[in-house]
Amino acid sequence: MGLFTDHYYEIAAVVLFGIGFMGLLLHNNLIKKIVGLNIMDTAVYLLLAQRGMVFGRVAPILGDNLTPSAEQYINPIPAGLVLTGIVVSVSVSAFSLALTHRLYKKYHTLNLDEILLKSKKEKENKEKAVTH
Amino acid sequence: MSEKHESHETSETEYKGSKNPFVAWVNADPTPEEAPWTEEKLEALRAGETYVREEKPVITEEERARRFNKVYKPLAVVLCCAFIALLVFVCLYTPPFGATDVPTNNEVSFKYIEDGLADTGATNVVAGMILDYRAFDTLGESSVLFTAVMSVMILLRKDRDGSLVNDPAEDAALAKEEKISVQHRDVILRTMAGIISPFVILFGIYVVLNGHISPGGGFSGGAIIGAGLILISQGFGSAKTKKFFNFKVFTIITSCSLLSYAALKCYSFYTGSHHIETGIPHGIPGAILSSGFILPLNIFVGLIVACTMFGFYSLFTKGEI
Repeated sequence: MGLFTDHYYEIAAVVLFGIGFMGLLLHNNLIKKIVGLNIMDTAVYLLLAQRGMVFGRVAPILGDNLTPSAEQYINPIPAGLVLTGIVVSVSVSAFSLALTHRLYKKYHTLNLDEILLKSKKEKENKEKAVTH
Repeated sequence: MSEKHESHETSETEYKGSKNPFVAWVNADPTPEEAPWTEEKLEALRAGETYVREEKPVITEEERARRFNKVYKPLAVVLCCAFIALLVFVCLYTPPFGATDVPTNNEVSFKYIEDGLADTGATNVVAGMILDYRAFDTLGESSVLFTAVMSVMILLRKDRDGSLVNDPAEDAALAKEEKISVQHRDVILRTMAGIISPFVILFGIYVVLNGHISPGGGFSGGAIIGAGLILISQGFGSAKTKKFFNFKVFTIITSCSLLSYAALKCYSFYTGSHHIETGIPHGIPGAILSSGFILPLNIFVGLIVACTMFGFYSLFTKGEI
C-alpha cells in the first residue's frame, strides 16, 4: 500500500479519466458525452499539474528574489502545458456544443441513436426520391 | 381501378426487390401524407400477404439495436475498468508524487527558472515562459480560440434573411421572452449585476496587467473580463451590451489583437535564430512597466479571450453577437 500513498494524485487522475471515458461510451445523450469529454480533460490537467509538484518548493513567482535557483521553485513547464490544454478543451467543447445545437434543431432530440436512425431514414427517403 | 391496383403491386415488388430491409421498413411506415389508409391500399394489404411479412424487419432492427446495447454496455464497462486498472498499474511505476529527483525536473525547467528573469524580465516565470520563450505556441492557442469562435459563428449565427437556421416560431418565442424579461427585469439579478460587474471587470483588468509580475495573465484575466460582460448582459439585457459590444467591435478587437500579437512577436524569428540582442528594455523586475513585450502581449491575449468568452455566450443564447 505504500505504493498507493506515493501515487494518489496520479491514481485519482487516471480514475477520473476512466470515469469520463465511461461516460463518453455509455451515454446516448450528446450533452452528457461532451461532459464526459470535459471530465477526461480535467483528469489530464490533474495528471500534468501533479507532475510539476515538488515538496518543499513554491510556485515559480520570483517576487523580490532576483537570484533564483532551481532548488527553490517547482517545475513551471506543466503549468504552460495545462494552459494549452484548457484553451483547446474550451474550443473543442464550444464547437461540439454548437454542432449538438444544430443537430437538435434538425432532429429535435439529443439521443444519438435516434439521430442516427432519423438521418438514415432521411437518406433513404432522399435516395427513393432520386430513383423515382 | 385495376390500373391503380397494378401500380400498387409494382411498388410492392419494389419493396421485395430492395435488398435493404430498412427501405422496406421506411416504405411501410405510414407517413402523414399516407396516413389515411385508402381503400386500394387496404385491398393491397389483404391481397398480398407479403406486405405484412415485409414489416418484420422493423422488429428485427429494433431488436438488433436492443441486443447490441445489451452486449455493448457491459462490454464498455468491463473495457473501461480494464483500462483504468492498466493505467493505475502503470502509475505505480512512475516516480512518486512530489519527489525532487524526477526526470521531469531537468535542465529545461532549471533554465526557465534560473535564466528566465535575465532573459525575459518577468518575475512570473510561467508568464515569461509562455509569452517569450514559447510565444509562438501562445499565438497558436489564441488562433485556436479565434478559429473556435469562428466555427461556432458559422454554425449558430442567424442569417440576415433568416432562411437557413431560423425557425420562425422559435424566433417569435425568443422575442416574446426578451420582451417579457425587459418589462419584468429581475430586481435581485439587476442590482447585484450593477454592483458586482464593475469590480469583476476591474479585477480582470488587474489580472491581465499584472500577468508578468504575479499569478495570472491574459488567459485567466480575459476569462474574468468575459464573465463580467456576461453578467452585465444577464442583468441589463442584451440591448444594453449591444451599445458598446456589437459584432463590429467584436470583429475589430479580435482580429486586431491577433494581428498585433503576431506583428509584435515576429522579431523573434530573425533575432532568435541569429542570437542577436533585441535591445528591448526589460525594466526593473517587479515594476508594472517591465519585461519587454510581455505586458502588451498579455493585453492582446486578454482581449481575445474576453471577446471569445462573451462571443460564445451570446452566440449560444441568441445566435448573434
